[in-house]
Amino acid sequence: MNTLVNILLQGVLLGALYALFAMGQSLVFGVMRLTNIAHGDFIVLLVFLLFALTGIAHLPLAVALLLLVVIAFAAGYGVQYFLLNRVSSRDPLPSLMVTFGLSIVIQNVLQELFSADPRAIATGGFEALSVALPGGITVGYLPLLTLLATIGLTFGLQWLFGRTALGRAFRATSDDREIVQLMGVSHRRTYALAMAIAFVLIAVAAALYGMRTAVAPADGPALLLYAFEAVIIGGMGSFWGTFLGGMALGVAQQAGFYFDPGWGIWLGHVMFLAVLVVRPQGFLPKTA
Amino acid sequence: MESKMNRPAQGFDVRRSTRASQVAMFGLLLAAVVIASAPYWAGRDALRDFTQLASYLIFAMMWNLLAGYGGMVSIGQQAFFGIGGYAMLVLSNYCGVSPFLAVPLAAGIAMLVAVPVSRLAFRLDGGYFAVGTWVIAEVFRLGVANVSALGGGSGTSLTALRGIPRATRESMTLWLALAAVVGGMAVLYWFLRSRPGLALTAMRDNAQAAGSQGVDVRRARLAVYLVAAGGTAFAGALYFLGNLRISPDAAFSVNWTAFGIFIVLIGGLGTLEGPIIGALVFFVLNKFLSDYGTWYLIGLGTVAIGVALIFPEGIWGYVSRRFGLQLFPVGRRLVWTAPGPAVPPRHLPPAREAATPQ
Repeated sequence: MNTLVNILLQGVLLGALYALFAMGQSLVFGVMRLTNIAHGDFIVLLVFLLFALTGIAHLPLAVALLLLVVIAFAAGYGVQYFLLNRVSSRDPLPSLMVTFGLSIVIQNVLQELFSADPRAIATGGFEALSVALPGGITVGYLPLLTLLATIGLTFGLQWLFGRTALGRAFRATSDDREIVQLMGVSHRRTYALAMAIAFVLIAVAAALYGMRTAVAPADGPALLLYAFEAVIIGGMGSFWGTFLGGMALGVAQQAGFYFDPGWGIWLGHVMFLAVLVVRPQGFLPKTA
Repeated sequence: MESKMNRPAQGFDVRRSTRASQVAMFGLLLAAVVIASAPYWAGRDALRDFTQLASYLIFAMMWNLLAGYGGMVSIGQQAFFGIGGYAMLVLSNYCGVSPFLAVPLAAGIAMLVAVPVSRLAFRLDGGYFAVGTWVIAEVFRLGVANVSALGGGSGTSLTALRGIPRATRESMTLWLALAAVVGGMAVLYWFLRSRPGLALTAMRDNAQAAGSQGVDVRRARLAVYLVAAGGTAFAGALYFLGNLRISPDAAFSVNWTAFGIFIVLIGGLGTLEGPIIGALVFFVLNKFLSDYGTWYLIGLGTVAIGVALIFPEGIWGYVSRRFGLQLFPVGRRLVWTAPGPAVPPRHLPPAREAATPQ
């Protein structure tokens, strides 16, 4: 019984991280129908940026985090406005090619700059702290923080989309990018803003991820697959769906890891494929 | 009422081949003959190079078929590449089949596997289909990596060719590769010039319009997916036949699709000659620049981004459209042999007014 509870608990905590990875992708796909193959590589890029800020420039962690968020916002805006806006159309092929090329470039630039060794963000021991629960189960502070951050951000995104003018602009641009220009909304700037916010989410995910694990330049594609699976399992167009999808993926992987370390990730993928067969629209679908 | 405007046109011809295509066809046949004789005069490296080039080319041709004609962009074709390689290995090492026979058998096995896989993959669309196929490829990779009988994560070697002298092995591999390339191109060229091929070309241009004209888009897509799976598996089996050693990371690596995409980007999607030109350019780049490791890949990635932005139909696609060059023409073109309907011919009888009731 204890092992079951432990698997569930650790799965939920792992799933919170995956849900955080997936939030940015859910946002981008919801607004722009853009499949960003380089999503995982952007996460890794920001991890290395944070590493450079703290490890090489020796900035204090709080300052580095703030700087990271600001840089991420600007970078996201720039990448979308100047590069990806040209390929954000109904045809998926150009956006796939461009983001695929971006993925290769980012991975190799990082490898060239930092070598292929995994790096972690130094937090002065915080990543090792944990709280002991009854039944011999321990829960780390960092995973708990991740869970709180993910829940908070999901509430925030849901509020942004549902109750603000910007959210209305996002939803309208997603519905019809031509008509929305009649309302005075520039779809190009809206897309850029959506990507900028997605990059901020990626920055938060990168910070929490880099503190928890050592990250190598080639880790990007795996993160992309987790994010993507969380979005599909949860159902496209719903942030709480993505949250649930991340949870489901995390629990599946933890269950797999419990049986054999080699089968953990495999079980996660298989669970995703099973959901695809049984309920292809996901748990909480909102858009087609 | 007959007038000069709606007379049926006269003096034209419907042709399929162009001068450029006839030259190219002759050139390719010549090249095939030269390559077939290569075991008698070329060094070992050249033979290995050709087998590798053939693998890249067949992979790219199949990816082009899937994405250009079927309209399905997949990042998971490496699943079938790896299945082909491992199926060939299992058939040769454990079932006693000759490895050269195992290559086409492996392609058949992959086509069988592709049937249930397609049921999964077709649940997704567009960009998500692309990533979904990648997930499926990862499932195969992780699954195979956990099977210790196949060597687990570090892979295993093809031991079934142990008794055969090296020269024989390399010549047979080369001839098999050449036969695959020539046969594949011939079959595709013949197919695309036929009626089902016309349906596929219509699907390439606009799937919805093709559907409205009676093309069964769903069945055609399934057929394309199965053929692409088989062809890709053939390429994989061929590659590892030449390589003699297989591992999950090499067989199921997403880099295969990356290179395939790059080849098709250069060559242009939806044409037959595109992958050939792309593969040649890619192979030359690979030969001379791959020593630069990460910089070579950065260069490739940047070129891919640039080409996708500036030449969405590929570099050859742009050239072909600009200069009207088509090396493998699958359509028909109109060639005027007479001046045309705008010039009134002198020998027609004068138009008669038909009596119309007022």
